[in-house]
Amino acid sequence: MNQVFYFWPFVKLGLTDVWRHKTRSFLTMLGMVFGVGSVIAMLAVGEGASQQALESIKRLGSENIMVMSVKPTDEEGSNTGSQRGRLAVYGLLYDDEARIRETVPGVVLTVPARMTRRVARLNERQLEMRVVETVPEWFAVVQRPVLAGRTLAPNDLQMRANVCVLTEHGVRRLLAAEHMVGQRIRISSGVFEVIGIVKNETGGTVRAPDSEADAYIPLTTGTKLFGEANIRYSAGGMEGEKVELSQIIVRMAETAFVEPASKAIETVLARFHKKKDYRIDVPLTLLREAERTKRTYNIVLGAIAGISLLVGGIGIMNIMLASVTERTKEIGIRRAIGARRSRIVVQFLINTCVLSIGGGVVGLLVGVAIPLLITAFTGMPTVVRPYSLLLAFGISAGIGIVFGLYPAMRAASLDPIDALRHE
Amino acid sequence: MIVHTTERERPRADEVVRLDEVKRHYRVGDETVRALDGVSFSIRTGSYWAIMGPSGSGKSTMLNILGCLDRPSSGAYWLNGVNVAEMDDNELSDHRLRNLGFVFQSFNLIPQLTVSENIEVPMLYLGMPQIERRQKAERLAERVGISHRLRHLPSELSGGQRQRVAVARALANDPAVLLADEPTGNLDSATSVQIMALFQELYEQGKTVILVTHEPDIAEYAKAKIVLKDGVILSCEEGRL
Repeated sequence: MNQVFYFWPFVKLGLTDVWRHKTRSFLTMLGMVFGVGSVIAMLAVGEGASQQALESIKRLGSENIMVMSVKPTDEEGSNTGSQRGRLAVYGLLYDDEARIRETVPGVVLTVPARMTRRVARLNERQLEMRVVETVPEWFAVVQRPVLAGRTLAPNDLQMRANVCVLTEHGVRRLLAAEHMVGQRIRISSGVFEVIGIVKNETGGTVRAPDSEADAYIPLTTGTKLFGEANIRYSAGGMEGEKVELSQIIVRMAETAFVEPASKAIETVLARFHKKKDYRIDVPLTLLREAERTKRTYNIVLGAIAGISLLVGGIGIMNIMLASVTERTKEIGIRRAIGARRSRIVVQFLINTCVLSIGGGVVGLLVGVAIPLLITAFTGMPTVVRPYSLLLAFGISAGIGIVFGLYPAMRAASLDPIDALRHE
Repeated sequence: MIVHTTERERPRADEVVRLDEVKRHYRVGDETVRALDGVSFSIRTGSYWAIMGPSGSGKSTMLNILGCLDRPSSGAYWLNGVNVAEMDDNELSDHRLRNLGFVFQSFNLIPQLTVSENIEVPMLYLGMPQIERRQKAERLAERVGISHRLRHLPSELSGGQRQRVAVARALANDPAVLLADEPTGNLDSATSVQIMALFQELYEQGKTVILVTHEPDIAEYAKAKIVLKDGVILSCEEGRL
């Protein structure tokens, strides 16, 4: 028997039935529309968010370990290192860097950096910038396209040269000029020559190693000019902190070394730091965490979408049960003519599937439209994966079958004699 | 011819319908209702019978059994050479599909299908390809005089026209027996005459027609007559065969 010839009249019958009860069908389908729509939209939003997070983590480099100075939570304790008033002394030391480089196996490179906020001036313009005092290797570890000039060189470090590399954003706001490289600017008490301009880190959800307006200067120059203490004067007097190094980026030879090495660093640091005034960030771990978060996110969203699909399915079942009662006579006629029970089941299943797949298709459009709107209005990235469309379609067909089965069985189980007598 | 016999032998080749001691008992509470209580007769291919009887005579039960919608509690019912009493639900459905054409008092067309689609329903279940179905539906519609209404819905037709469609549908599977249950019960007398003329025509073309009715003047159209009362055959006329 030609199956297409057999099924088509029932599909057509299902369609005419849907058309005959337009309002009812529309309301019933709404459940599926929102169910399927929310599945696709949620997957798209989740996918977009996690992709963004993953990308920014990947940019940090999966072979890197970031060791950061953190102000200890216990204020009193942090002052014990130095008794000079309110000067907080904490954080990583040059010795820490040396110890990590020398004792932790698999370390290729360590990049120390000290970050402070300082005001940069050019003529009458001024801008608070994050000043990153570091070594030339910074630019090898934190990859950043060079727009003009050059980055720091080993010689700059040796000579304690008054040179700086600016980020594009900082340049625009401070210089606002074409002749950027070679320009001299003042940062705090020093005058620096701009030797290069690098591209900004694009926005990400994970802490980036550089922020919008950065000035990179040689570490040695920073020590010479500014010292290691960063002192702010306020109404209550002076307040300051002394941090040798704000950050050490540890580059490992291989991704596989990263996790054992982070443990080793932890051990090394713990031995020499009484307070926990440092934090170790492993982009790889962050990556794993982000993936875990994504999974949790998907499960939660999936559960919500699943519930809305369930509700939609129950709505369809309800309508189909009403339809079976309404069409009892028709079932009797078909049975009398010689339709087996199984054909009645098939007919009602097709009818349910027309409803659920119809709702599913509309839901699919809604599900594709919502992420577009979200991206258009909030700028949040969304990614509609082809598999989610397939999933939504499969789900709606599945719902039709699962929730159509009971009404269909009920229709088929009617006694033809009773069904014929039904008015 | 009527064969009152108790031994269950296979029917002769020309006996399209044969009942041997058919009983149909129901249990209603503690009581047993003997709707049919030992009915035996046979109908030859190409004959035109009426089954009569007042309400409560077992006429409806007889119709259900003849129409393979119900099975006898005991006894044998041979339709087109096969004993229906031993069939399961699927076999019974298939048997109806291949051997029976129903015409009902209330037409029983499917309201959301067009005339053509209604006529095609049995052919659809028989697995006939669409083009063949359409062509055959057109031929049948022509045969019952309804070919100008093929694309209409039943609700757009008069009672007589609907019954013509029902007859066309009953013929769609080339049944061994055409079973009509009060086919004129919902029609006015002029239309009734036209429908009975249609059955006469089909009979003359060689169809086996069984008419179940309580109206004596409708039964008069048939060539032979069985009268049921209290579940048994009261009388049997076979005059004009």
